[in-house]
Amino acid sequence: MAQIASITLYQNDEARPVMEAILQDNPTARVLNMPGAVKIDVDDELVINRATVEEKLGSEWDPQQIHMVLISMAGNLDEDDDQIKLSWKH
Amino acid sequence: MAPTKKMGIKQKYAHLTRGLDWETTYEKMDDVFPYDKFEGIKITDWSKWEDPFRLTMDSYWKFQAEKERKLYAVIDAFAQNNGQTNISDARYVNVLKLFLTGISPEEYQAHRGFAFTGRHLRGVGPRVACQQQSLDELRHFQTQCHTISHFNKFFNGLSEFRTMHDRVFYLSVPKSFFDDARTAGPFEFMIAIGFAFEYVLTNLLFVPFMSGAAYNGDMSTVTFGFSAQSDESRHMTLGIEVIKFLLEQHPDNLPIVQEWVDKWFWRGFRLLGLVSMMMDYMLPKKVMSWKEAWEIYFVEAGGSLFKDLERYGLKMPKYHEQATEACEHISHQLYGLLYQLSHVTGLHAWMPDDEHMDWLSEKYPNTFDKYYRPRFELWKQQEAEGKRFYYNGLLQLCHTCQLPMTFTEPDDPTTTCFRESEYEGQHYHFCSDGCKDIFDREPEKYISSWLPIQQIFQGNCGGPTIPDVLAYYMFGPNDGGEYVGSEDNKLWESWKNATTKEAAE
Amino acid sequence: MPVKAIVDNYKDFNPNRDLPEQYHGNLMVYLYWNKHMSFVAAMAAPLPPPTPFGALPEVAKSVYGTHPDFEKIDWSKVEWTLDGNPITPDFAKSIGEQGVRHKSLIRFTTPGLDGFEGKYV
Repeated sequence: MAQIASITLYQNDEARPVMEAILQDNPTARVLNMPGAVKIDVDDELVINRATVEEKLGSEWDPQQIHMVLISMAGNLDEDDDQIKLSWKH
Repeated sequence: MAPTKKMGIKQKYAHLTRGLDWETTYEKMDDVFPYDKFEGIKITDWSKWEDPFRLTMDSYWKFQAEKERKLYAVIDAFAQNNGQTNISDARYVNVLKLFLTGISPEEYQAHRGFAFTGRHLRGVGPRVACQQQSLDELRHFQTQCHTISHFNKFFNGLSEFRTMHDRVFYLSVPKSFFDDARTAGPFEFMIAIGFAFEYVLTNLLFVPFMSGAAYNGDMSTVTFGFSAQSDESRHMTLGIEVIKFLLEQHPDNLPIVQEWVDKWFWRGFRLLGLVSMMMDYMLPKKVMSWKEAWEIYFVEAGGSLFKDLERYGLKMPKYHEQATEACEHISHQLYGLLYQLSHVTGLHAWMPDDEHMDWLSEKYPNTFDKYYRPRFELWKQQEAEGKRFYYNGLLQLCHTCQLPMTFTEPDDPTTTCFRESEYEGQHYHFCSDGCKDIFDREPEKYISSWLPIQQIFQGNCGGPTIPDVLAYYMFGPNDGGEYVGSEDNKLWESWKNATTKEAAE
Repeated sequence: MPVKAIVDNYKDFNPNRDLPEQYHGNLMVYLYWNKHMSFVAAMAAPLPPPTPFGALPEVAKSVYGTHPDFEKIDWSKVEWTLDGNPITPDFAKSIGEQGVRHKSLIRFTTPGLDGFEGKYV
């Protein structure tokens, strides 16, 4: 069984560009919609690119702003100025 | 002078967690940090600690302030718009009662615990992370009180939550969990709360709970819940970092960490049983079943996590198979408990209607119709005869988890599970192999547990009669018992029927 | 395995809060009716050691008496265990004389009565 890297975000306008960016950059992503929340799963590794979010948002986005819409996650996290990565790969 | 380039987050974090720390010289480091060695954990290099979020204090304050502003705007709007009248049903408020009395005080305990570890670990990286978490937990406690205080203006069972937490029999389940963690050393506390609770189990508490609130029209609770949960992601990260850090530092740490993981997984599983009952029975509109939530958040997510930790030699927590098997049963068993004991709790309970029971049959095809529906049928018959079923006495508690001894044998749902140990000539009873193992590992600790039923018999809970004890618990006369016909029920009906009533008074 | 504590005299800080002498002369006795799962757990009762064993059906009635099976019990046919061992109690003699101690678990089985509609409820 694959290990699942996952992120759960608010179901709101602020989170929507992030969600769209994840779906674009992680083509195998699966979405679970819940009231108020959305959970996105990807096998092994999930990536959020600042550039993609900025493209969806139409303005600058600091990856640390993820804290404003984040509910939960699974995977080893690595975050820098350009990317957030949740991964089980080593 | 050339303008300085703005620092990246890696650089800022390095300054905070390396540049600001020093080795003490006037006092020995062991005297300054007396608590981080006695548990037997060996740390060779504290500087290997890395917070992957790399959150510095300036960002921390900025984001937390913004979260607070948003949250309080929603709370205000909810109050102004009489949001309490738009929830799905007043039965839902019992979920909030359970949360405020059983969980919010534990947020405060977590705040105290992380303040302690945030002082007493000698590595500055984990110290900063623990201090941030300590502040988060305090914020959670405060925001939960503020949010739920609005419901306290209308509904029973909420007003004396602080006293109730320290005294009431079923609230000793969460209280003893955190007392146990806080009286351990700092590393065990971090594994207990940071790893086992926050990383492995907290999703099961917050995500379905808050999604449930969203679905049942409780805008304010959704908002505090998800606002808290956004901090939890940081806490989960701390939890996974601490376990990796300990396992990487020294091979001798593995057996100690494994024992803690085993212990705290089982304790957490028992505690979360209260959430299973809430999800399957107490939410008027359901989000998912406990069994489904367990599949997603433990079997799938926990499975991925433990597969990752295999490289350090760490195994899945002991008895995880029993926990997964028990998913078919615990919500039904625990709601049965609430139904028959609600007259001595601060919560209301009620008979699930036919539609609800059909939902349970569908979600639990292996167990509900065979083992649990017949109980409700008997109780329904008794209700119809005007003899609503209550358990009229005191009962046997598990000495470790402090829940009533209600759980069944792993392979036989028609037989209650009894386990027993002898220590210094005395009997101790347990609801499961997991709880027995926890006691047997540290009997000197658990012999001093404050078990609520034992304390009643010893005369320490207000007096010998049930009304004496309920007064000691600070329950109001309308806080518990059957929902149908309760003050909460009548108030709700009056709101629903008040279409032509003048609002201005 | 002993507790790992920061002090050597851990036990001095951690008194046992569940010793027989704390119960004002009573035994805390657990009474459990097999195969009647609608009752959430075994009942707990404080009983003085001289209590005759024959008083236990009355003690049990306070909790279990609400079950439709209860009044059908033929107490002469009930099978008993005390702390896991089968016993044949003498109803006239006291519980103390027959080995019941603090936190003993007494279980009883009522042959032919297997709960509501025979479903162990």
